[in-house]
Amino acid sequence: MLWEALSLQLGYNATLVAIGATLLGVSAGVTGTFLFLRKRALVSDAISHATLPGVCLAFMALVAFGGDGRNLIGLLAGSAVSAWVGLLCMNWLTRHTRLAEDAAIGAVLSVFFGFGIVLLTVIQTMGVGRQAGLEGFLLGSTAGMLWADAMVIAIGGAATLVLVMIIRRPMTMVAFDPEYAAARGLPVHRIDLAMMGLVMAVTVVGLKIVGLILIVALLIIPAVTARFWTDRSDRVVLLAGLAGGLAGYLGAGLSASAPNLPTGPIIVLVSFGFFALSLLFAPVRGVLAAVLRHLRFQRRVHIRQGLLALAQGQKIYEPLTIRLLRRAGVVRADGVATDEGKARAAKALRDEKRWEIVRSDLAHEATAALYDGLRDIETVLTLDQIAEIDRRIGGPQEITP
Amino acid sequence: MSGEEFVPLSLTPLLIGTFAAIACALPGNFLVLRKQALIGDAISHVVLPGIVVAFLLTGAISTWPMMLGAAGAAVVAVVMIEAIRRLGQIEPGAAMGVVFTTMFAGGVLLLEQTDTSTVHLDVEHALYGNLESLIWLDATGWQSLLDVQALAGLPPELPRIALTMVGVILFTWLFWRPLKISTFDEGFARTIGIRTGVLGMALVITAAIAAVAAFDAVGSIIVIAMFICPPAAARMMTNRLETQIAWSVIFATVSAVFGYVLAGYGPLWLGGEDAVSAAGMIATISGLMLALTAVFGPCRTRSGAPSHA
Repeated sequence: MLWEALSLQLGYNATLVAIGATLLGVSAGVTGTFLFLRKRALVSDAISHATLPGVCLAFMALVAFGGDGRNLIGLLAGSAVSAWVGLLCMNWLTRHTRLAEDAAIGAVLSVFFGFGIVLLTVIQTMGVGRQAGLEGFLLGSTAGMLWADAMVIAIGGAATLVLVMIIRRPMTMVAFDPEYAAARGLPVHRIDLAMMGLVMAVTVVGLKIVGLILIVALLIIPAVTARFWTDRSDRVVLLAGLAGGLAGYLGAGLSASAPNLPTGPIIVLVSFGFFALSLLFAPVRGVLAAVLRHLRFQRRVHIRQGLLALAQGQKIYEPLTIRLLRRAGVVRADGVATDEGKARAAKALRDEKRWEIVRSDLAHEATAALYDGLRDIETVLTLDQIAEIDRRIGGPQEITP
Repeated sequence: MSGEEFVPLSLTPLLIGTFAAIACALPGNFLVLRKQALIGDAISHVVLPGIVVAFLLTGAISTWPMMLGAAGAAVVAVVMIEAIRRLGQIEPGAAMGVVFTTMFAGGVLLLEQTDTSTVHLDVEHALYGNLESLIWLDATGWQSLLDVQALAGLPPELPRIALTMVGVILFTWLFWRPLKISTFDEGFARTIGIRTGVLGMALVITAAIAAVAAFDAVGSIIVIAMFICPPAAARMMTNRLETQIAWSVIFATVSAVFGYVLAGYGPLWLGGEDAVSAAGMIATISGLMLALTAVFGPCRTRSGAPSHA
């Protein structure tokens, strides 16, 4: 069943939904990346909630003029207008009043949504009887999606993608360093607005599939997921598009494969699944990688300290150190150093002495700053320099018993 | 309007709305100043999976399990946001966005998967509550306020939200000095021995309790609006925290009362027949007040900013 859904053999509607969701996921992931890099991820929350009054007003206008209240293009146009108004309100609040951005986001979000709810109840009392479709915009409803609706979503998603590709360079620059971008003569404020405009476009396109409450997830989660895998912005954009598209496709397939699996939430959960996997298993920034890095570091510290203790003839009590040393073949089971262990211990002690010289010599100041108790001295000094230091240490001295 | 009509039908929703608004606006002042305003937004989203899980476990719509479920979900969300922020080194806004959308999606999915056709539990209810339905049927007029038997029939939401409001006021009053100092200068607060981490957590938990209690009565829209709009509007009016809090309480009360009245009677004045959503109207009114103060408030610009900016 799932396979049939994923290979688009589960009927006309399911196929439309899957294609639409994939396109939406790609464009949301790509757009959301810039928002995330600009550290304004939650702005999308305000924009998406601000669409509700527009949808309601557009519905009322369509009905008032005798049209079909559920005309998708009309409703989406209305939602775009009110989202834009919400965006301008938010920008005005942050630029001209003392409110911080988060308060402005929350204010716009709650007020516009509240007003939308008022309008929803007005529509319910208008007695038009076909308002059931409007609640679908809250959480998305893909049942009964029409070919025309799918086309609107596909074209909208593709157009957003093209626009992102065109203005990606200025957006990247503004996201990383707005001051530099301004110094280069870029209109930072207008680029920010364009970025928000793209977010608004994605939101409007996604209203039908995932609904206005959850579209935020499609904008934020793929970008955060992609960020785990690479430090290059163009690759983050690509990966976010990939993660978003895949989540949309798998989510739509999953939701079509069994009853009572609403499309929007499933897409969000699939997306979160990718995020959780990345959080745990990403190569450098992932949790697993961090744990391994920590363990490796711990092992180096213990072995180093163990070798120094061996060289100075001190008894080692720390069980982890003993275990590590034994596993490295440095000590025997009874705690006595092997030949190899003696050699390594002597080397460790001599390196420590070399470092001591380096650190007490102002000529080596820059090198001395690199000392952390673990670094091999061969990696920071040339052989000649080490030979010079060894000459200052001098050869082995006779000890009197 | 006579007491016979007002007391049973409008008095309790008005009081509940006002108490909820004040309970949210008080911690909201500090959240707005600390730039944590969206905590309220996050909490009100994650409450949904909490109550759905509580419903699945108990199999009935009863208040306390649901409150516990909601509070549990709020705690889970806060822990998850912190964990993702620290483990993944992600900025807090994005971490918040990841967590609350996922938990909300999970709640919706659970709701769809379970058979809730027999009980009144759906997403719309969670969003805009049912303030209008919290009526006091046992009342016959103003004299019922002194009638013990009629008082027993009060909707249980009223004492609960009143208690929450008292708790929030007590918290603010008891921890006034540390809260104020740590909000404005966290470094200084730490040097004089205030445990800012614990205090910040306590503030978030207080906000969560207020949000959950208010949510139970009035839905999440009012919660988000009341956390942010009255404090933000009050911030435009003054530079003193004491005055700001007083203003925020006034704004919260006015938007609750005015919003409720306008929702209930406004359409009648305009010739309509049915009332509109009170929760939505309260949020709208608070937004209008914020807009007014943002344009005319005496302290609306950032300090040091040119006055004609």
